[in-house]
Amino acid sequence: MNAILNALRWFGQSEQWSGPDGIPQRLLEHLWYSGLAFAITLVIALPLGLALGHVRRGRAAAALGFAVVSSANGARALPTLGLLILAVLLAGSGVGPTLVPLVVLAVPPVLVNAYTGVRQVEPQIRDAAEGMGMTGSQVLWRVEIPVALPLVLLGMRTAAIQIVSTATIAAYVGLGGLGRYIIDGLKRQEYDSTAGGAILVIALAFLIQLIFTGLHRLSVSPGVRLSASH
Amino acid sequence: MITFEGVSKRFPDGTVALDDVSLECATGEITVFVGTSGGGKTTALRTVNRMVEPTSGRVLIDGADVRDRPPAELRRGIGYVIQQAGLFPHRTIADNIATVPYLLGEGKKRARARARELMERVGLDPALAGRYPAQLSGGQQQRVGVARALAADPPIMLMDEPFSAVDPVVRGELQAEFLRLQAELHKTIVFVTHDIDEAIKMGDRIAVFRTGGKLVQFDTPKNLLAAPADDFVADFIGYDRGIRRLSFVPAAELELDDRAVLPENASVAEARATGADWVLLTDSGRRPLGWVAVSGLATDRSLQHMPRAPLGHTFNVRADSARAALDAAVLSPSGLAVGVDDDGVVVGVASPLDLTNAIGRESAR
Repeated sequence: MNAILNALRWFGQSEQWSGPDGIPQRLLEHLWYSGLAFAITLVIALPLGLALGHVRRGRAAAALGFAVVSSANGARALPTLGLLILAVLLAGSGVGPTLVPLVVLAVPPVLVNAYTGVRQVEPQIRDAAEGMGMTGSQVLWRVEIPVALPLVLLGMRTAAIQIVSTATIAAYVGLGGLGRYIIDGLKRQEYDSTAGGAILVIALAFLIQLIFTGLHRLSVSPGVRLSASH
Repeated sequence: MITFEGVSKRFPDGTVALDDVSLECATGEITVFVGTSGGGKTTALRTVNRMVEPTSGRVLIDGADVRDRPPAELRRGIGYVIQQAGLFPHRTIADNIATVPYLLGEGKKRARARARELMERVGLDPALAGRYPAQLSGGQQQRVGVARALAADPPIMLMDEPFSAVDPVVRGELQAEFLRLQAELHKTIVFVTHDIDEAIKMGDRIAVFRTGGKLVQFDTPKNLLAAPADDFVADFIGYDRGIRRLSFVPAAELELDDRAVLPENASVAEARATGADWVLLTDSGRRPLGWVAVSGLATDRSLQHMPRAPLGHTFNVRADSARAALDAAVLSPSGLAVGVDDDGVVVGVASPLDLTNAIGRESAR
């Protein structure tokens, strides 16, 4: 209880709200790393997941899909901090190496959910789409993706929240972001700063959850929500 | 017209789904493919819109090989209805129906107006246009499936077990309504079912497939019932095919007897004079009232006061088939079927023997 009160007092101090170590600046840094990592994740994982889910004919496609999804799931087990230190040792510190563990962590949920979402579209829906004369890409864009959208968004949300929470470790290798408050606070034994940083990260994660809830409402067809509840 | 020329389909694992099938589906008719599962009937249907490519042989539509056109373009010109409808859950009913018009580049407004029109045509309330498939019953979904296949007004429709996912009552309604629709539209239809009753009801011609993709008989429903090509077909049709054949004998061909039909104020003596075991009493308008057993009549009074057995049901001599007449005979206390005209006036009665004779005459033709 005391820690939280101290943290609230910490938020009240005016020096937290300006300068290079102020909350606005740190928040921007945090969002910048996270956004970059998220964008890279989507560029890698979305097309791959959707395409693998769509191409289901033939043994080669099935085997490839299985291999990619299994290795993506395996990647979830990698220790983030170890990966960060390895990347920094190999490539030196800076934004680039910091992004590696974030992306490696975020690709699996996006990839696996996109793949599973598209694959799970009922065969007769796909059959009807093809039988009425949709081309392969029309089936994907007009039927499979809209129907798979709840799962695709869920994967993206999981990835975004993980990235935002994990981006705190950027501070470990000397970069900015909200992690600075946590790590510096621990080092200097200023626990109000540590708690304040933690609260900020949690709040950001909640905000992302909220954004995705809104996105779900806006983009998922009511018909899909209805058929999911049946 | 759809022509199958020696069509075979062999899958890479060696299973034969179609074995040298040749037949013609006539323009404007319903051709039913029926058979056991694994008999290749669905595979045969799917070769028409290139959802399955034959290993050998050709499928022609009005003389043109289906392979001359790209699959997507070909399919947009062929209506497609499948089991459980396969509606798109994310699209409204109107947009589901408008699928093919959208693919053909038609504007939203026109396509949706047409969708509403089609909804009425297939017996759906156009107020449902903005609903989603999950909000509709199974029967309603199937109607949407039919409307969707009709949306671009294709001359050909492929229907793969379109009514098998709904309960028997709804199925009966859908079948009857579809036949009514077809009487107006005259589409060339290939209809797949595993249900021989549905095949006989829907088909102008029936192709019976057996395991291994062999076409064993291609005939009209009447001929199929009268002369099954082999034991497989006879078994498949079932042991009651003799009774089913009665469906194709109009009740009008029965010779009805009206000697045992008496007004209710007739006397017991008159009833005895008919020589019949049962007499049918009618009211002053000659509408049937009930049966009276002659043998139990002791006193010589008016028949009006004698105990009556209920009528059971009657058959319409103009509209019904001999099958309805037989059913009426079986359920009648006298064993005789009462034939009435459109106004419910008794024309005469028929015994099961009269029915047998009618079938005999039918077969002799």
